[in-house]
Amino acid sequence: MNSPILRMENIVKTFPGVVANRGVNLEIRRGEIHALLGENGAGKTVLMSILYGLYVPDSGTIYLNGQPITIKSPKDAIAKRIGMVHQHFMLEPTLTVAENIILGQFPSWTILNKQRIGEVHEKIRSLSNQFGLGVDPAARVSRLSVGEQQRVEILKVLYHGADLLILDEPTAVLTPQEASRLLEFLRDLAKKGLTTIFITHKLDEVMQVSDRVTVLRDGQVIGTCETRETNPRALAKMMVGREVLMDLHRKLASPGEPVLAISNLRVRDARGLPVVKGVSFTVRAGEIVGVAGVSGNGQSELALAIAGLIDDVAFDRFQLEGKDVTRRDLRAASHRHSAHIPEDRQKMGMVLPFSVSENFILEEYSSPRFARHGFLRGQAIRSYSQNQVKKFDIKVSDVSEEIANLSGGNQQKVVVARELDRHPGFLLVNQPTRGIDIGATEFVHQQILAQRDGGTGILLISTDLEEIFALSDRILVIFEGEIIGELPSDRSQVEKVGLMMAGKRDPDRE
Amino acid sequence: MDVAVILAFVSGILAATWRMATPLIYASVGEVFAERSGVINLGLEGIMLVGAFNAYTAAFYSGSLWLGLLAALFTGVLLGLLFAFFTVTIKANQIVVGTAFNLAGSGISGFLFESIFLKSNYSSLGIPTFNDLSFPFLTKIPYLGDILFHYNILVYITVLLVPLASFVLYKTAFGLAVRSVGAHPKAADTMGISVSRMRYICVVIGSVLTALGGATLTLAFANQFVEDMTSGRGFIALAAVVFGGWTPWGATAASLLFGVFYALQLRVQAMNSVLLPYQFLQVLPYVATVLALISVRHRAGSPKALGVPYRS
Ligand SMILES: Nc1ncnc2c1ncn2[C@@H]1O[C@H](COP(=O)(O)OP(=O)(O)OP(=O)(O)O)[C@@H](O)[C@H]1O
Ligand SMILES: [Mg+2]
Repeated sequence: MNSPILRMENIVKTFPGVVANRGVNLEIRRGEIHALLGENGAGKTVLMSILYGLYVPDSGTIYLNGQPITIKSPKDAIAKRIGMVHQHFMLEPTLTVAENIILGQFPSWTILNKQRIGEVHEKIRSLSNQFGLGVDPAARVSRLSVGEQQRVEILKVLYHGADLLILDEPTAVLTPQEASRLLEFLRDLAKKGLTTIFITHKLDEVMQVSDRVTVLRDGQVIGTCETRETNPRALAKMMVGREVLMDLHRKLASPGEPVLAISNLRVRDARGLPVVKGVSFTVRAGEIVGVAGVSGNGQSELALAIAGLIDDVAFDRFQLEGKDVTRRDLRAASHRHSAHIPEDRQKMGMVLPFSVSENFILEEYSSPRFARHGFLRGQAIRSYSQNQVKKFDIKVSDVSEEIANLSGGNQQKVVVARELDRHPGFLLVNQPTRGIDIGATEFVHQQILAQRDGGTGILLISTDLEEIFALSDRILVIFEGEIIGELPSDRSQVEKVGLMMAGKRDPDRE
Repeated sequence: MDVAVILAFVSGILAATWRMATPLIYASVGEVFAERSGVINLGLEGIMLVGAFNAYTAAFYSGSLWLGLLAALFTGVLLGLLFAFFTVTIKANQIVVGTAFNLAGSGISGFLFESIFLKSNYSSLGIPTFNDLSFPFLTKIPYLGDILFHYNILVYITVLLVPLASFVLYKTAFGLAVRSVGAHPKAADTMGISVSRMRYICVVIGSVLTALGGATLTLAFANQFVEDMTSGRGFIALAAVVFGGWTPWGATAASLLFGVFYALQLRVQAMNSVLLPYQFLQVLPYVATVLALISVRHRAGSPKALGVPYRS
């Protein structure tokens, strides 16, 4: 029963200038849930991509069921019943769920007529029911929420009959509810005999769901242990190589003048339906206001509206640093007075084909720091970028590297570093630590607090309650586009906030 | 003018429309495949020209139009493989390679035509052309017979080509793979589809159809090759792909629309009562193309990975 289904031996993979995996040994037992932990850029995604045939290792051997195998392409991996859910979704939004799932399955000349598609839909529907995923095969992927897309990704893998399931940070984009549903689901799969490799940065998830854990650091395995014989603190230390403060020390805030004052903000979505329904609040200098809520309750639109990035917006009043802003110059004013860490780093936070240093100066490229007489100052930009890279501990071989080559967490750090360095009066932060490791999360949290202590007013939007409570001075709860309450940021309120997030306006009444 | 004259004028234009649109239909439907797979082949003009020249040369020496067609087909395969090698395998910039193809296509066909044909003393450079088919009764229907039933086989092939292309693109596993490779190559890759292989196939399809479109010029419309005789048709076919929203039917409709302007130009030119210098009329199809492209500026729908080489 406990014979290894998979053994990876001495896997080495280098990219120009970077060693991503330096002799990794990994053993996965049949039927277990094996968590893979490690800092951003530790080499987790690369290791799994090798297993899935996306990269060819420089050296090393992979044994599946005791047999040495070579996996040259994802096609080989699928044929060997290995399935992978990628850190960044691999779904084409203009196609339907079913079309995404059957990509590559049939020989080219197969005619996809009504009957064939009907059979596919039937098979997807029955799998979806069997595993309680609730996926509609005929739906176009562009219409699905992030959580639903995640389930399509998993269904894709199940449909092709995987024995070994690789999940690369599947919970990073999920709401807490969706995440705990996913974890339960993984347990069910394990009972049915599936083996899962599960990458995450959330230690409580590791403790909750995995049988064993392997920790990677700097492309090497630090150790593998049974989950029940370890604890989060020990794991954090293994990952980072030092003690991690799991609790932040937060001074009492001393709020000053309002930097952002909004009254009756309304936003409509592309279909003309109201998604933010008359929101009013104030953020003062030197305080952090947290917006808690289950994702999809209007937070994204609220953030875009404040950043001036959405069209269908109306408000009675919008003040930035004491000045009234009209609808028309919202974008310009917002850019002048505030900085913005957007929720989707790849879509809004950076230009993927640009280098790391170009991404650092995306907004300030014309300031005298980086340009003189209309010419970019290469040397200044370079040394500035090198400083930022050092300060934020960003893993990159050189600042001239394309940002697309960085690991997900390191991409996020570039965005955070850039925005924090603008020293704005008002800072809008949406999911700042999505996909970054605990060491880096701690660091980013410290940086955000330092900005607050320096007098910046901060609006923090996060679906992660831990983060909300760790950073905020006050908490607003958003539900279906309305702010349904304000609470002090006090751990005793966690439960109450949780209930309000689910729509209970007045939990004390019951 | 009375009704009969107007009717004759309009039917005259319509009768020439399909014929004028035929090379555009071949090329643009082919290019739909290439672009849907993520490769923009700007070299259509050059490929069409070389296709026209090779078809002519083969037909001239063999005396067989069908061998001429076969020569165009091989030309298409070779040039398609070459284009794919540069853009897919070597990942060179697609626009640059396309432009090189156009320059080389024009130069080489012109040079060869001159040194093989013009410098020799053949008594005639003409070749026989594909005859217009005639259908019992149908061809004789007034107006309609002229508009629909008096073309050569190469024109009628488009009746089969377009629905077939649409079927392949939307109703087969191959077509699904093509569309996914052009929209989200990485997703296709993770599903075991070879992005390079699909792009090679689609570029070759596009190149073959374009070369055949070129062959229609020499084997059916003119009976001889003329230097740079495609005169921008390759570019207009590219525009038809965009205007047609990257679908075979759309590209065909756009080609027919541009065909109307070619026909109009010919027709007005042929009439003796010219009000305008004929150069103004010749510009018509190109002006129509520009206007058409301006009108689609805001319409989305281009394949997302168009023009971007894929690196795994
Ligand atoms: N295609 C590539 N080209 C060059 N370098 C790469 C490429 N892919 C990954 N790397 C580098 O390899 C290292 C390991 O990256 P990997 O994506 O495996 O990290 P990770 O452990 O998954 O991190 P994260 O938690 O941030 O996702 C990083 O330093 C990254 O910059
Ligand atoms: Mg990763």
